[in-house]
Amino acid sequence: MEKTAVTKRLQAVGAAREFGILLALVIVVVAATVANPNFLFSSDGWRDLLLTPSILVLVAIGQAIVIITRNVDLSVGSILGLSAYLTGRLFVDLQGIPIVLVFLIAVVFGGLLGLVNGALVAYAKVPAMVITLGTLYAYRGINVLWTGSDRINASDLPKDFLALGTGQILWIPILTIIALVVLVVAGWVMKNTRGGREFYAIGSDPAAAELYGLRVTRRLLIAFTLSGALAGLAGVLYAARYGTINSQAGAGWELDAVGAAVIGGVAITGGVGSVWGAAIGAVLLLTINRALPILGIPDFWQRAVVGALIIGAIVLDRVLAVRQRRRLIEAREDD
Amino acid sequence: MTTATTSASAAVRTYRDYDRPLWQRIVLTRESAIVGLLVIVAVVATLTVRGFSQPITLTYLLLDVMPILLIALPMTLIMITGEIDLSVASIVGLSSVTTGVLTQAGVPFEAAAVIALVVGAACGAINGFLVTVVGLPSLAVTIGTLALFRGLAVGLLGTTAITDFPEFWTDLAKARVGGSNIPVVLFLFLALLVVFVVLLHFTPFGRGIYAIGLSKAAAHFSGVHVERTKLILFVLSGVISALAGIFYTLRFGSARGDNATGLELQVIAAVVLGGVSVFGGRGAIPGVIAGVLLIGVLASALRLANVTSDVINIITGALLVLSVVANSFLAWLRMRRRAPGGTPRVEASTAG
Repeated sequence: MEKTAVTKRLQAVGAAREFGILLALVIVVVAATVANPNFLFSSDGWRDLLLTPSILVLVAIGQAIVIITRNVDLSVGSILGLSAYLTGRLFVDLQGIPIVLVFLIAVVFGGLLGLVNGALVAYAKVPAMVITLGTLYAYRGINVLWTGSDRINASDLPKDFLALGTGQILWIPILTIIALVVLVVAGWVMKNTRGGREFYAIGSDPAAAELYGLRVTRRLLIAFTLSGALAGLAGVLYAARYGTINSQAGAGWELDAVGAAVIGGVAITGGVGSVWGAAIGAVLLLTINRALPILGIPDFWQRAVVGALIIGAIVLDRVLAVRQRRRLIEAREDD
Repeated sequence: MTTATTSASAAVRTYRDYDRPLWQRIVLTRESAIVGLLVIVAVVATLTVRGFSQPITLTYLLLDVMPILLIALPMTLIMITGEIDLSVASIVGLSSVTTGVLTQAGVPFEAAAVIALVVGAACGAINGFLVTVVGLPSLAVTIGTLALFRGLAVGLLGTTAITDFPEFWTDLAKARVGGSNIPVVLFLFLALLVVFVVLLHFTPFGRGIYAIGLSKAAAHFSGVHVERTKLILFVLSGVISALAGIFYTLRFGSARGDNATGLELQVIAAVVLGGVSVFGGRGAIPGVIAGVLLIGVLASALRLANVTSDVINIITGALLVLSVVANSFLAWLRMRRRAPGGTPRVEASTAG
């Protein structure tokens, strides 16, 4: 039977790794909305649906890029916390500082912390898991040392800045727009530019990438710097959204970020996946949290559902990979 | 210096210089370095920190690090095979809740504890099954089960805590031998330590563990049951974590769903500090014990010196990073020194 361009296109969409997870997200949202229409069709519900995951989406994009290079960045939660507090301090200590400048400083600051991770991983040739486990502690320690028992409150922050955290343009929260812009740019770069493809090449086979002449060291530095910078950006948005920042902001986010990427089809062994998948994974993770009570399940069970979901996603990934390999072998034998 | 071997393992895994004298081979290992560091820190702490030299400090130090000491044993073996188990702290929580819920329901504590151990074994078996039979990476699997097991624990008990346990057992968890300052549970740990040291360093099973970490394929062709070994190790990790969970519950007299949250990172930090490579194939139990104690002694001494727990976190993190970076720096120096005389001797890379 002749396949038209349209059916081919539809099949490609259906076969994409991101499709399954998107479907799961749609099912969760539909089920929760049927149970309680307010989940989607109230202004608060709609806003929360988009707003809550936006910050994690940013962190998950950075995490996905790092994991695609066959590394991992466990320090993102600590970087987020540090830059959130830095944001607060800037507003408190330098009254009247332009908001744009604060964004810039926090992103650069996060990027520098990421660069430290990248340099340690790339030059010392030490596994990223160990390095970023170390910097997870170190950065969080610096954060607590710096913050002490201090806490930044919403009253310390300028109104314009807080308005960013809750404001919206045409029913879409500003934070969501920021996350979407970053997502589109990152998605395009990863898919279409040489640099983006090289992340995949490095993750697929680091030794081959080096032999082929790719600048592995530089790419790793870039990947970790990006991850840090996005965590830094997430930190500013965290401050804008919640208004309250103590020394524990972002604690434990590293596992959520890795979980989001893994759920979204980014293979922990590198070289496979997309930032789109990671972003959908992040949205699914946090949407489930809100959907459970509405579906009549106490939200105490949220982490269990998330865990089952992560395992389900990686098992599915494995099944698809095995099927794909079998199909490729059959295709080769047919020739 | 040849740069063809780019995979990090070549630099991380220090090759052993068999042409060096025996004393150098013993003294220049990473394990000795950590033991040496531990001794130095302990001596400095004794001399400078008021109260550290009191025997009671040692008791509390040992009780505090006991869960980490226990869990570090199977974690060492798992990491030497090149796998990892991030779900251990969640199993601690789940076994704590299991013990608590059953005791509250009228089941005798002893029976509840045994069931908690079985639950731990089942958790380990799930990890092991997903890693070995389904063939999934253990980092991803155990991130999933970390959330799953913790979720079950929190879901079963909510935010309440169960605090009603037989006094005999809660006393035993804190008891000291006679009039001394040696905690009774130390003997449980020592017994397990002997089992694990023998298992890893003196049996074919243990040599198989190293072989798997160095090269899975080579180990398989040498007749090592790769999958079975890993499965056993994950189950072992689950059981020991459950045991640590029961101890944790009794020590603090409280079963809570969020008990020991984040403990997995402390265990892994200690194991890595103790010289186990996350790429597998390298490491030894004495180094790991020294790693756990080093972090414990530092934390205890700094706390007594009124340093906040956050500085302790910085120091733990910095120590971890420095120790692994120093290791690869030394390896690089050695390779460089050797290079002019011929090709540097580097163990075959197995990473990836």
